[in-house]
Amino acid sequence: MAWFKMSGRKQAETADSDLWTICPSCNAHIYKQEWETGLKVCPKCNYHARISCTERRDLLIDSGTWKEYAAHVTTSDPLDFSDAKGPYKEKAAAAKAKTGMKESVLTGDGKIGGIPVSMAIMDFRFLGGSLSGGCGEKITLTAEHAARHRWPFIIFSASGGARMHEGIVSLMQMAKTCAAIARLNNLGVPYISVLTDPTTGGVSASYAMMGDINIAEPRALIGFAGRRVIEQTIKQKLPDDFQTAEYLLEHGFIDHIVNRKDMKEFLHRVLQYGKRR
Amino acid sequence: MPLDFEKPLEEIESRIDELKKLNEKADVNFDTEISALERKLKSTSKRVYSKIGPWETVQIARHPERPLLRDYIQGLCSEFLELHGDRCFGDDQGIIGGFATLRQHRVMVIGHQKGKTIEENITANFGMASPDGYRKAMRLMNLAAKYKLPIISFIDTPGAYPGLEAEARGQAEAIARNLTEMSTLPVPVIVIVTGEGGSGGAIGIGVGNVVLMLSNAVYSVISPEGCATILWRDGDRAPEAAAALRITADDLKSLGVVDEIIPEPVGGAHRNADATIEAVGDAIVGQLRRLKKMSPKRLIDQRYDKYSKIGRFKKK
Ligand SMILES: [Zn+2]
Repeated sequence: MAWFKMSGRKQAETADSDLWTICPSCNAHIYKQEWETGLKVCPKCNYHARISCTERRDLLIDSGTWKEYAAHVTTSDPLDFSDAKGPYKEKAAAAKAKTGMKESVLTGDGKIGGIPVSMAIMDFRFLGGSLSGGCGEKITLTAEHAARHRWPFIIFSASGGARMHEGIVSLMQMAKTCAAIARLNNLGVPYISVLTDPTTGGVSASYAMMGDINIAEPRALIGFAGRRVIEQTIKQKLPDDFQTAEYLLEHGFIDHIVNRKDMKEFLHRVLQYGKRR
Repeated sequence: MPLDFEKPLEEIESRIDELKKLNEKADVNFDTEISALERKLKSTSKRVYSKIGPWETVQIARHPERPLLRDYIQGLCSEFLELHGDRCFGDDQGIIGGFATLRQHRVMVIGHQKGKTIEENITANFGMASPDGYRKAMRLMNLAAKYKLPIISFIDTPGAYPGLEAEARGQAEAIARNLTEMSTLPVPVIVIVTGEGGSGGAIGIGVGNVVLMLSNAVYSVISPEGCATILWRDGDRAPEAAAALRITADDLKSLGVVDEIIPEPVGGAHRNADATIEAVGDAIVGQLRRLKKMSPKRLIDQRYDKYSKIGRFKKK
């Protein structure tokens, strides 16, 4: 359930010079400028690299319309947890310093092509985008905020799963967030889930799978159990495309795979159908 | 099958057995010695079990002689009408369920099924359910809602089954849907963690108005072994991880996840199954009497509040 190490996928930022970015998937050398203007998508192989929550927001939300919500919520340490590397508090403080975030998700509201929406955007840089008490709280508060205003709710997931440093409290966030989604369903408020690389463990097994419409970015890793755990259990090798967005589309768990550059337009098209009438 | 820390008890017990056998055969009478040993057994039990830590609790929670779902059903229900299949793919044996009459209350019982023998365990996949199991459970819970029957959910699983087929058929979606739909069930939902509460596999049938837990059960986001492998880079340090994760009944009660701890007899459920089953029955009936008075709307609101409180952010 807890997040596992993503093998063989180095972050693009670490493997480059000043001029070039090396695609972590096909090793193509790409001009930094082209990489940035291409939204960190490889022009050779269409690999969609991970991006931060603010980059994501800026791609989607009409400029000048964003208002952060539940910004006061930050990490707690309900277990007073320490592991071999020291206290969780220090680990969380380092993640905050590195990302400038207070938790693994950015929440707020804004407009997409003029349509008001509430949004939660997870960020893998913050402790692997793990689902914690604070993260679950922000998503729940924002879903309740969306319910009050009858605004469509959109979650972009990017997470290795539950944050084990918060133990059972993190597990319970799966139930808490899904209960908030159920309320949206009862009110007829649209909820769209976008699964980006990676969406695994407890996040895949809660709100990320429960969209009225589930969308994924190309080749995003999406699955419940870790690849290695499954291989050890069933003692056989898994197909190469196992747990990719394409595999999930084929098996009926997502509606569409949408390129990053087309995401805003796609969401806008869907939102037209979920308008209050 | 004694656990390491139980060996002193096992020694006293086998001496009592020997003397009892001699009593039958020989002319000598060992009654005095036997009652002395029985007194010693009682005090040693108290000492041994009062000192156990979280890792020993994990061993007890996984003990193969602990009562399993079928034992609870047999001990508490005058009738159990098992229902089969998820209406999509199959009839998973990792989770079973059906109509039951539990001490005169008509209810829907669902729960993880572990086996006692190797054969039983292979059939039940060691209590690790597939998507079909979670979907069967949800089908039965929706049926309970239609018939206005309270739901009793027994949790005892190492986790949801991690397999190729399970992923292909949507293990994540099945659990996610259960979490969502359980939150709006208009009937009482009583959850009891009787052994291992293994992560998503446990909460996948574990969203209740109340969560009860046996005193030697554990409930965790990840197994101590798995956590030790990732955070300590050494699976052998599971005892440290077990302590850090706060997975015992007392921990979970203080964290607001568990509402009532059901005390096990001294020596644990595996040494006194009958008394454990009775205690679980008493606790269920107590909760049923209370929850049956609540309206559907109150049940749904109370369940929502229970979970929204967990992890609620408070300014320091
Ligand atoms: Zn590439």
